[in-house]
Amino acid sequence: MPVLKTYKDLPSTPVTFYSTESNKTGTWRTIRPILDESKCTRCYICWKFCPDLSVDVAKEGDFPSIDYDYCKGCGVCANECPSDAIHMEKEAHK
Amino acid sequence: MIEVMTSNYAAAHGARLSKVEVIAAYPITPQSSISEKLAEMSVKGELHGQYILVESEHSAMSLLIGASYVGARTYTATSSHGLALMHEMLYWATGARRPIVMTIVSRAMAPPWNIWGDQMDVIGERDTGWMQFFCENNQETLDTTIMSYRIAEDRSVMLPAMVIEDGFILSHTFEAVDLPDQDDVDDFLPKFNPELKIDFNDPRRFGGLVMPDWWSEFRFRIAQDMEDAKKKIIEVDKEFEKKFGRSYGGLVEFYNCDDADVILALAGSAVGTAKHVSDKMRERGKKVGVVKIKTLRPLPAEELTKLNDMVPVVGVFDRSFNFGHGGGIFSEIRNGIYTPGGGLLTKNYVGGMGGRDFTPKHMEWVFEDLLRIKKEGKVDRMIEWIPLRDGTGRWY
Amino acid sequence: MPKFTIPKEEYLYKGHSGCPGCGTPLALRYALKALGPRTVLNFPAGCGGVVLGVWPGYAMKVPVVDNAFECTAAVANGIRAGFEVKGVDDAYVVGWAGDGATVDIGLQALSATVDRNSNIIYVMLDNEAYMNTGIQKSGCTPIGAWTTTTPVSGGKGYNLTPKKRIMDMLVANGIVYGATVNIAYPEDFVTRMQKAKDIRGTKFIHVFAPCSAGWRTDPSKSVEIARLATQTGTFPLYEVDRGKYSLTKEIKKRKPVDEYLKLQGRFRHLSKDAIADIQKLVDEEYERLLYKVKVTNG
Repeated sequence: MPVLKTYKDLPSTPVTFYSTESNKTGTWRTIRPILDESKCTRCYICWKFCPDLSVDVAKEGDFPSIDYDYCKGCGVCANECPSDAIHMEKEAHK
Repeated sequence: MIEVMTSNYAAAHGARLSKVEVIAAYPITPQSSISEKLAEMSVKGELHGQYILVESEHSAMSLLIGASYVGARTYTATSSHGLALMHEMLYWATGARRPIVMTIVSRAMAPPWNIWGDQMDVIGERDTGWMQFFCENNQETLDTTIMSYRIAEDRSVMLPAMVIEDGFILSHTFEAVDLPDQDDVDDFLPKFNPELKIDFNDPRRFGGLVMPDWWSEFRFRIAQDMEDAKKKIIEVDKEFEKKFGRSYGGLVEFYNCDDADVILALAGSAVGTAKHVSDKMRERGKKVGVVKIKTLRPLPAEELTKLNDMVPVVGVFDRSFNFGHGGGIFSEIRNGIYTPGGGLLTKNYVGGMGGRDFTPKHMEWVFEDLLRIKKEGKVDRMIEWIPLRDGTGRWY
Repeated sequence: MPKFTIPKEEYLYKGHSGCPGCGTPLALRYALKALGPRTVLNFPAGCGGVVLGVWPGYAMKVPVVDNAFECTAAVANGIRAGFEVKGVDDAYVVGWAGDGATVDIGLQALSATVDRNSNIIYVMLDNEAYMNTGIQKSGCTPIGAWTTTTPVSGGKGYNLTPKKRIMDMLVANGIVYGATVNIAYPEDFVTRMQKAKDIRGTKFIHVFAPCSAGWRTDPSKSVEIARLATQTGTFPLYEVDRGKYSLTKEIKKRKPVDEYLKLQGRFRHLSKDAIADIQKLVDEEYERLLYKVKVTNG
């Protein structure tokens, strides 16, 4: 990632420099999803419908896992899960 | 090869010789014959780029911006209301740093409708960040088109350029034009090779949302590059002269200015009239000079400040009026020559609007008026519309 | 048997700026899974562009061009013209605009691009209002909806104009392929996009994507509401292939439209009569669609 100090470091065309992965949107949420693997059938519906790409499945056959660095707590995964394997919990107060 | 052609056809040949790759065409008088000529060249196989008929001038500019991001050399032409419709996208082309070259056949703004030449339309676009080059004759239109690509596409510049010809006065008048050889133009003008373009191996977002913490730097970069363009313009003009034997001074041209008593500054086709009248008056012992403004943007302020030491009176002829304090060129000249404590007297002559002829007789009247101001040591009226129908020509 | 029903590869990065429960990132995920890495998109002003993050950050693995509000189709055409002149013929060009940017301000450029049959995919992300500027009514706002420019007071003021029939307008314009897709049906979304991408000419994909903030809905219900839109016949899934209409999802018995409306705060002011009127309109539109399917295939 280039370090920008003055206007001279800017490219002559306005372009972006790096991905948004440094933007940890997990700080947005007030509720978080908890996955119960004992109920999970690995249908991957939660992975399909997560708008924030916060349900990771390394390869077919693995259980999905929630990426709490980015999960915004929208709750779509819990609402869509056909096996009730995900429920939403309030974030702990700090 | 010498051919007799209009300035519009010269512009079309300039685009063809520059091997433009994407052209967007939309008709508007008096520019339409450029689009028609390019269509003919395309069908005959003389033009190898994409020739696209669009549905409005706004879409014409938008389409060219998209094509330019892929690294294609782009061209279009328009006038008056077409240019005004494109206004939003002119700012976009500058901010996106797309070196698009566009021929403006300048024409009056409506209502009432007037299809003939004046410079209101381009004066209204001074703030968009486009480079503006004015042409005196048909040869200059062709040469400036080729030079504009060289200047605009330079990595230190990367700004769009307008090549301006007066509507009907140049666009529909036939003159002898020397068409350079394609090989010579290829030597002079390398292929468009931008540093950044759409690349699937290095995906970027072209544009983006910039917060106040970096916005000013982006704008400062454009302002700097516009300033640096002045050096490039002079450099390219010198190289053009070496290759093709013709020079236009780059930013400004001083004509008959050595030991002049008064100088008239102006841009566009009227320069030819001014030079002719200046020669005739010099034969009669009147020492009058002409400054041709070839480049209005970037403003050649350093060249213009020299006027302070050359003469006590500078007149400016304008084919536009910007409701600020005179015509557009007048405002720019005063801004360029301003020196605190300088005693230079200036006066604005507004004429030739909406296609009204500004004849050598009127030009001579202007020079005589300037000489009278020099003798009396004061300016009677700052702004004079000439000729106006009431006969006295007095205004303001 | 655990299986992915849509391609696994992601072309969006985590950390984008979409609202919780936003339909846009889902639509982008599904579209790019079908199109692959040699795709360039162009975005006008709108939620799409904002979701992609703040400079110098960027949330996509493919190049993207920003453009002014009304010229999405023209810029997409320009990018394609640039590729053609450079001899690049294996890349996809996608103009990705919102509903307001398409049916209102962008209609002229879109109509002309269809007329030129430029080889681009035009995606209209329909969240039924100008969401990025704060939920103002657009040509795609449905009858009965509250927006900030059709606010409700004393039971009156909500939007009374129907959604512009943009698909029919473009079919009349001569579009080579058009399809409606819904973020609640990702497999169908990917299939439609895979079919459309290799047809030469201008293709139009109408994406239905709920906006949790603008529709005043629970973010967790975004996909459920999108699904109900199709199940009630409010947003039927169909395609128009070279003028022939066909349903891509048969709904044997449509659910009552009230099941879809009652989940959304933007409809909560509607009286029973108003809902009955909306049901009638949905029925009529659905019958009209079935008629078009019959007539163009007969």
